[in-house]
Amino acid sequence: MLEIKNLHASIEGNEILKGIDLKVNAGEIHAIMGPNGSGKSTLAQVIAGRDEYEVTDGVVLYNGINLLELSPEDRAREGVFLAFQYPIEIPGVSNTNLLKTALNEIRKYKGEEELDTMDFLSLLKEKIKLVNLDDSFLKRGVNEGFSGGEKKRNEIFQLAVLNPKLAILDETDSGLDIDALKIVANGVNKLKTKDNATLVVTHYQRLLNYIIPDYVHVLHDGKIVKSGGKELALELEDKGYDWLKNIVKETVTQ
Amino acid sequence: MDKNISNFKEQFINNHSAFKQGLNGESTPELNQFRENALQTFDELPLPTTKDEEWRYTNILPLLKNDFSMADKVTSISKKLVSNYHFDELHSHQLVFINGHYSTVKSKIEKLPDGVIVGSLSDAIKNYPDIVLKHFGKYADDDHQVFTALSTAFLIDGAFVYVPDGKIVEDAIHILYITSESDKKIITQPRNLFVAGKNSQLTIIEHYVSDVENIYFTNTVTEVFVDENAVFENIKLQEESKNAFHIAQMDVVQERYSNFRSFSFSKGAAITRNNFNSKFNDESSECTMNGLFLINDEQLFDVHTLIDHAKAHCDSHEHYIGILDDNAKGVFNGKVLVRQDAQKTNAFQKNNNIILSDNALVNTKPQLEIFADDVKCSHGATIGQIDEEAKFYLKSRGISDKFATAMLLNAFASLVISPIKVEFIRKYLEDILSKRFNN
Repeated sequence: MLEIKNLHASIEGNEILKGIDLKVNAGEIHAIMGPNGSGKSTLAQVIAGRDEYEVTDGVVLYNGINLLELSPEDRAREGVFLAFQYPIEIPGVSNTNLLKTALNEIRKYKGEEELDTMDFLSLLKEKIKLVNLDDSFLKRGVNEGFSGGEKKRNEIFQLAVLNPKLAILDETDSGLDIDALKIVANGVNKLKTKDNATLVVTHYQRLLNYIIPDYVHVLHDGKIVKSGGKELALELEDKGYDWLKNIVKETVTQ
Repeated sequence: MDKNISNFKEQFINNHSAFKQGLNGESTPELNQFRENALQTFDELPLPTTKDEEWRYTNILPLLKNDFSMADKVTSISKKLVSNYHFDELHSHQLVFINGHYSTVKSKIEKLPDGVIVGSLSDAIKNYPDIVLKHFGKYADDDHQVFTALSTAFLIDGAFVYVPDGKIVEDAIHILYITSESDKKIITQPRNLFVAGKNSQLTIIEHYVSDVENIYFTNTVTEVFVDENAVFENIKLQEESKNAFHIAQMDVVQERYSNFRSFSFSKGAAITRNNFNSKFNDESSECTMNGLFLINDEQLFDVHTLIDHAKAHCDSHEHYIGILDDNAKGVFNGKVLVRQDAQKTNAFQKNNNIILSDNALVNTKPQLEIFADDVKCSHGATIGQIDEEAKFYLKSRGISDKFATAMLLNAFASLVISPIKVEFIRKYLEDILSKRFNN
């Protein structure tokens, strides 16, 4: 589904991603772990199409399409979804309005009819239950006055409504208490099918107790320095990120 | 420069005799006296230049360079002309003025409560001279405003609404001022008088439109009296031709426990200047003065407001929002005067602007003059750009760049649109914004 080859990206002349290679197949969950500043969020934003980042080399293929040539909105319409690390507040645009507009634009892109208002509202009411948010959140401005946990749950709610093929969760677990974490993880697990894929970007292993990844990749200084199964996350948690620096050193000296 | 200005004045002064001779029923002795006095004031008062503090950012030379003449009464009116601007989905009484003249044929007034008068000022002067003369010229000030003096000197007609004590007019009164085809550059001077009696309630929509792109000049004066415990909602929609000039004066006087809510939308005219003044004549009243201006190209929009807290225990809320593109220029000057006796005043003022281009410009100036010591007053002004992070967020959900822009601007404008009580008008304005930015 997603194939990243030798991806280099920089912001204001500083190279952040220094050659990423990653392959994600449908039905898989991949976790990207790494210390602060390793480039995890940059990778998520570059896939979503944030134009502050300049891609200097490499390709990102998504179902055979060169994703980097598409606008952010067309990437979304093709089925890429980013759950933001810092979901922005947009007073005056209600959650319902956002999702209705988004869903209809996606459907139009695919040549499908607009969704009937009643069907749309029942879809919203069904999906919002998944993240334990009250119906009143539908009418409120997007993330306006939401707590940190509510914002993250709102991202998963949007994910559930838009039903993308590739979901990227950027630090969706950070700052959450254990109850909220379970709600978020439960939402993600319920949305998993054999046809979609999830990329979980996280600093902490904790989330991976609830969302079991098929693969774990460790990012350090803009490169994936180690990949493995779910046990790698535990090893990392156990030994800490310093352990990783040693791996990097070993690789360099060898 | 001087030549233009003196020409502009001379031409009006020279035409005054001919103007008076042309008047028919509107020519009562009292009104003629108003006209004569005002002409003299018009002659004496200097026309404003950018050297005047009140006109510092608004150069009206492009207006003064034109020769304007009064429009003749339009005899044949196409059906489409009025229906284009008629709000079909809004239950309303409709008054229509075409090129400044009242159109009996096109106006449509539904059944009104006893004693309520909705019609033209010229008819009212004939039929209800006492009511008219009790209020006419009492609130707007000829002596200091040269354009108000011009309006009074050449008074022809305007809207007149009178709601007696205790009466409620449920449907809005929609007043259409249409400037239409003319072979010359015309000036129209709608002169409105709205009187809300004690415990009365009404909604008025002043709507300025044009079906031509001609150069013309609308110089409007609106006097409003809101008596004790009355509730008055005033909506002004200014959608003039982009080559037009629009100068508007509105003077409001409020009595005890009254509530005056106004909203002014402006998207037309090359140069717009609004002077809106409201005065609390007694205690415990509330005034809301909100506005939205949406301008582009070379348009200039200027609003000067004055809220006069002359008495204690009154609340005022003012919020103007500007959305500017291309080389447009905006001016906001909001003065709040809290006089010595006006204790326990609450006065809040905001002006927020979004600039969509490199060359658009806003001059914003809050002016708080406070002479009482137990008051709550605040003001704030912002000038910014569209929030790119919010836009990316919307785009990342599959929404196009244009649609995202329209959504964010609608959200921004909703701060002043959502308090409007007439749902139809809220939708009308949201529609204008969506069409402008998502086409």
